[in-house]
Amino acid sequence: MKKLLLLVLFAFVTLVTYAGGYRVSVQGQRAMAMGHTGVAVVNSAELVFFNPAGLVYLENKLNISAGASGIFTDVIYQNSDFGSSSETDSSVGTPLNLYGSYKVNDWLALGLGVYTPYGSEVTWPTDWAGSHLVNNIELAAIYIQPVVSIKLSDQFSIGGGPIYVTGSVNFNRNANRTLTDIDGNRSNITVDDSGVSNWGWSVSAMFNPTENFRLGFSYRSEIILEAEGGEATFSNFPNSPATPANGTTTFDAELPLPAELTIGLSYQFHKKWLFAFDYNRQFWDVYESLDIQFGNGSTSLNPRNYKNSSVYRFGLQYDATSKISLRAGYYFDESPVQSGFFAPETPRNDSNGFSGGFSFAITPKLAIDASFFYLRFEEINESYDSYQENGQDVPFGGTYKSSAFAPGLGLTYKL
Amino acid sequence: MKNNIKYLAILALGLVACEPEFDNPIDEAGVYSSGEADFSNYVALGNSLTAGFADSALYITGQENSYPNILSQQFALVGGGEFTQPLMADNTGGALLGGTQILSNRFVLAFDAEGNPGPAIYAGASPTTEISNNLGSFFNNMGVPGAKSFHLGAPNYGDVAGVAVGTANPYFARFASSAGTSVIADAAAQNPTFFSLWIGNNDILSYATSGGVGVDRTGNPNLADYGSNDITDPGLFNSTYQALIGALTANGAKGVVLNLPNVSTLPFFTTVPFAPLSPLDPNFGPQIPTLNATYAGLNAAFAFAGVPERAISFSASAASPVVIKDESLEDVSADLAIALAGTFGPLAPIVAAQYGQARQATANDLLVLTSSGVIGQVNEARLAELISFGLTPEQAGQFSVNGVSYPMEDQYVLTPAEQSSVENARQAFNTSIATIASENGLAFYNVANDLAQAANGGILFDGGVITSDFVTGGGFSLDGIHPTPRAHALVTNGILNAIEIAYGATLPSVNPGDYGTVTLSNEVGAN
Repeated sequence: MKKLLLLVLFAFVTLVTYAGGYRVSVQGQRAMAMGHTGVAVVNSAELVFFNPAGLVYLENKLNISAGASGIFTDVIYQNSDFGSSSETDSSVGTPLNLYGSYKVNDWLALGLGVYTPYGSEVTWPTDWAGSHLVNNIELAAIYIQPVVSIKLSDQFSIGGGPIYVTGSVNFNRNANRTLTDIDGNRSNITVDDSGVSNWGWSVSAMFNPTENFRLGFSYRSEIILEAEGGEATFSNFPNSPATPANGTTTFDAELPLPAELTIGLSYQFHKKWLFAFDYNRQFWDVYESLDIQFGNGSTSLNPRNYKNSSVYRFGLQYDATSKISLRAGYYFDESPVQSGFFAPETPRNDSNGFSGGFSFAITPKLAIDASFFYLRFEEINESYDSYQENGQDVPFGGTYKSSAFAPGLGLTYKL
Repeated sequence: MKNNIKYLAILALGLVACEPEFDNPIDEAGVYSSGEADFSNYVALGNSLTAGFADSALYITGQENSYPNILSQQFALVGGGEFTQPLMADNTGGALLGGTQILSNRFVLAFDAEGNPGPAIYAGASPTTEISNNLGSFFNNMGVPGAKSFHLGAPNYGDVAGVAVGTANPYFARFASSAGTSVIADAAAQNPTFFSLWIGNNDILSYATSGGVGVDRTGNPNLADYGSNDITDPGLFNSTYQALIGALTANGAKGVVLNLPNVSTLPFFTTVPFAPLSPLDPNFGPQIPTLNATYAGLNAAFAFAGVPERAISFSASAASPVVIKDESLEDVSADLAIALAGTFGPLAPIVAAQYGQARQATANDLLVLTSSGVIGQVNEARLAELISFGLTPEQAGQFSVNGVSYPMEDQYVLTPAEQSSVENARQAFNTSIATIASENGLAFYNVANDLAQAANGGILFDGGVITSDFVTGGGFSLDGIHPTPRAHALVTNGILNAIEIAYGATLPSVNPGDYGTVTLSNEVGAN
């Protein structure tokens, strides 16, 4: 009981992982419960994502992990100079993950993962104060990754494999702050595309200096999603040769899914206790600008200037009984968004995440995994300064505050 | 099981903590305040400016962007109640009376075949607002387009039976509570806790926009003598204004009043240059020598008549001023007739009459916006008249070109003397407004100052500068007189500031950049 309390305290006194930008770090229920650590934790098929090299150290021949979370996010905005305020429609994102691994022999394991590491869903009230930047956006990217894990020795293994990505985007915003049709309906543009695919790769390694101590390394390459010939819909533009015509046209745009490097460790400091630490480095500097070229000749240039960012993750696992494992975690997530580039489509500042969860073994082969995380953002006064009207920068800013809460459930099967 | 309950408790805690909340939410008490004012029932009185009239018409989006409506949205943060407006039926503008269109559609900014933008009458839909369809309730926005100060207290001003004969106002007829009521009576009947009053503009504006064809009634308070384009007697204005404020404050309501901006800086008066006749114009340039030769004879006649300064000539190298008729000049037709008898014989008196008060315009003359389509065109009425007097069609044509050979008529030019009449009355009205505001402890917004700034350098906003330039300046709608939504936002901010000063309120301003200017549409008639 005392230990349970310790665990709860760990979760609450320290302030879980939902990284900045449109990275959604919810790639495993067990890892999630431990602050989304896992690069050096050998525990389940979640390793396909966290560190394929570790799969070969799993005891069972066949491991399957599946899970889903419901992410409830809210963002509120206000500007006290103008008395304006808005709140996003509480959207529910549902990141999914499915992993499997099969140990071919003592030194070789194969795996397959399907997961959704990038996504964003933000819905502001239509025509809100920042509607010239975004009304609503829905981004999703599904990663499908076969991996191979090779044991070079009991101390050292390597892994990795190609990644196939298929993504979709739907983004609506008003043409500018004031343009309307004759009836005052705000002119707006929706871009929509799906099935945008590309390839990437990952490589990883695991080193076990002692029985209780592991070190992990994992790197996932950057992948640029190139939407070509997507559908853009222009609505409520006035009937005038000075503005684009209403109707559909095509658009081209690129959206980078940045590379991510993780190093970390796990330490079994007591037969029932495991501590894990992960450090993520996300190479967001590839996201310089969201530029959209429309088939009707219009263009939309939206500087982003993201910077590389880090996430520090801490996790703790306590095997309470042979059937129950309890987990808690904390992480600090640095936003890649720089001051003056705070666009309301991804209103993220630095955040503190708190997570917890447990596994319950229904049978020796099948366990239920539960996790939750709560992400706490400080209130922030920020602005997006690169929106232009007539060649002049027109900042849009105010006070923002966000939060995210995500309960999740999963199953782990071992054979 | 005990443990499970603990987890559920943690989960519940997490869900509650999930809702983000600001340290100082603006919708909570303490951020803004109404001070000593009570905005729970705000009633706005005035004319077209208050109604949200723009682009020469009243239509829904213009009403939604009227300064009283914008104000009411800010008031809503400090206890302001619902704000209702007598919304028109569409965004076409225009209106019907008994099914017949009596008010024309709005202007929109259209592009011609060469890509040049210009105002044009919207033709994308027919008007659907029927004046005789009374809306049947009180409205917070009591702005009535066309109303002069004394109209607000006038009984029967909203009697639909009087609209066709011009004794009642079509806009007020839509929502007057009875045929015999007045604007002020309907306003007072709503028991406002707060009011705004911006009235008096039309007491000088109709005179000005008509090029001064009306009469300056200064010193004559007898309404029976007044025509629609006359300047109201300042004495009458003062007593009218006193009475309006008296009625509005009878129940202790607080309010804000606005003074009257200078009309001569409106784009309606500043857009058409006094010297628009370019020698590069193929319809004008080649005729300059002939015109100057003809005018040489007239100039000699001006000298004979003792007014050599009225001599008229056109430059072959620079744009020349138009020829205008200035009723303030001594009429020298008789002398001209004598001098011109040698050249024109029996036709001399006719030609002389045309130039008896003629002169070329100067920078001090203001040509009204509606003159732009007239200058350089043959005046068909005058052409026919001259032919009837016995001139050959060729001669008649030569003497019928507006602003070139036929002096621009009174209605197209606001001369310095007319401008003085307008300005003197405005100053007197403004003195009354400021004094009455002060005597009654009302908030006072000197909107004249801000409009002067717009006309002279412009007013900065986050997306650039708002000026009084026609079409491009962002301050004025396509009629050149009425403000754009963006200018209504500026007026709103000025009023908010005045209320803060007078009543110790704390209110958020609005961002003019969030409000539009002119509306684009190419759904226009063939014109």
